[in-house]
Amino acid sequence: MILVYAESNNKKFKKSSYEAISYGKKLSELINSDFTVITIGKNLDHSILKEYGANDIVHIPIDPKDNYDDEFYSNIISDYFNKKNFDIIIVSNTNHGKSITPSISLTTNCSLITNVVELPSSIEPFIIKKKVFSNKAYANYEISNKKKIISISPNSFGIKEIKSNSNTEFKELSPDIDYTSKLNSISINKNSDKISLPEADLVVSAGRGLKGPENWKMIEELSQVLGAATACSKPVSDIGWRPHSEHVGQTGISINPELYIAIGISGAIQHLAGVSSSKNIVVINTDKDAPFFKAADYGIVGDAFDVIPKLISEIKKFKSDN
Amino acid sequence: MKILVCISHVPDTTSKIDFVDDREFDTSGISFVINPYDEFGLTKSVFIKENNGANITVLCVGDSSCESSLRKALAIGADEAVRIDHIPKDSLNIAKLIYDYIKDKEYDLIITGRESIDYNSGVVPGLISKMLNIPFVNACIGLDIKDNVVHLKREIDGGIEVLESNFPILIAGQKGLVEEKDLKIPSMRGIMMARKKTLSVVKPENDLQSSLKLNKYEKPIVKASCKMVDSNNIEELVELLHREAKVI
Repeated sequence: MILVYAESNNKKFKKSSYEAISYGKKLSELINSDFTVITIGKNLDHSILKEYGANDIVHIPIDPKDNYDDEFYSNIISDYFNKKNFDIIIVSNTNHGKSITPSISLTTNCSLITNVVELPSSIEPFIIKKKVFSNKAYANYEISNKKKIISISPNSFGIKEIKSNSNTEFKELSPDIDYTSKLNSISINKNSDKISLPEADLVVSAGRGLKGPENWKMIEELSQVLGAATACSKPVSDIGWRPHSEHVGQTGISINPELYIAIGISGAIQHLAGVSSSKNIVVINTDKDAPFFKAADYGIVGDAFDVIPKLISEIKKFKSDN
Repeated sequence: MKILVCISHVPDTTSKIDFVDDREFDTSGISFVINPYDEFGLTKSVFIKENNGANITVLCVGDSSCESSLRKALAIGADEAVRIDHIPKDSLNIAKLIYDYIKDKEYDLIITGRESIDYNSGVVPGLISKMLNIPFVNACIGLDIKDNVVHLKREIDGGIEVLESNFPILIAGQKGLVEEKDLKIPSMRGIMMARKKTLSVVKPENDLQSSLKLNKYEKPIVKASCKMVDSNNIEELVELLHREAKVI
């Protein structure tokens, strides 16, 4: 039996949760097993989960004192898993997912595998693929433990919408968890109007080629017309032109969007490690020999200050025509 | 205050990754360094020592090759080093070995990196904190100590959270804990002093098993050639992204 944890934030399910459910659905077909979706938090609209194949939902309508208290979530999920004799837990490898899975693995005796990118390639023995060496390679692991936690790298498996006419089983549970937080949350600053980088389908990124932080206006405008998240290279975040949270690459965030547009980034191996699993890469650079072109699908040799305004107006034109 | 900094010994970020028969990481020509995420925590611990006073132990699980990273950490400012002599099979092995070694030692602050850049699992810090039953702050980007209270900042999905905690605590750090430009590098004096500091080797009592077994490594598929678009014909790029890539 499979348990999928559908993460929510601000009364809304995260996009990565739809991917986790899609994964759970496919895996349940593959191993011929039932799957249950567990959700935690007040005032959630569960109807949307059906579109990804969830037809058995267990809901815990409790908000912890602090929304980000990882241990609270770990305890609830472990408790339910152990009571109902599940074998597999599926979660998304978000910051929250990364923070709760180690604890869950110890209290459920599950083997834990993170950064998973695909369904298992074999069930007996159970073999599954994860990213290693910061996206420079993959490793296939054989897991001998019947009980396991599979943490999926966001945007790797993808969201599979399905048309389902089956009824959804929905039940609410109020577990009596005796729990006091070890941490005291003081405040939370959300960048709520921005698209979260690891979950974004489209990402516009720029590097030192932009010459200064004041030139990011056109990058933000391009992101806005595309509906994309903004990112940057390591040197740009190191010199403080952009916040650390936008740094993509080997020692920053690693992303796998549908489209990655790299502007004024030469494509050092450390940068490529974090972005090369993007499904489509557009590189815009003045240097025709920039190594990034070798990893790109589409390339433009040109000056960002000339190309970007043109690209913005072409996309605007395209959007108004379509 | 007693601080433990756990480090990994990993291939330098510029390394090209190759394998022997898809089963073994090819280390020929690879230079190994302190895991970049751990360097922020190491420098932070030295700042704490300078401001508040502390004794810093740096620890690594691995064979004798990782002693170069431990020596570097000593030269940067750690007081003593410990190597747990074991080639771990998985993250749980590492966490258990560290836990066994530190459980009676009462460290006030344990600092690790958010993840290592070789196997990227990012689960060792969470495992150790659960084993010790102490608070855990993942993706930590700020730490200050005032009147025995730890003031923390961490990255959460889509924002930043400000927290407080008492000791003992375990944090998994990254850039922001200290700035890149403030990272400490060993001085000549530090290197000389490191030679006199203790580096002890601990042998685990039992051989640890793992439920994970490597089946094979794979390299990412190399992209076919890049389609070049003229900078005066941006319309064509938009068209390709729509019709061919189907992303807009």
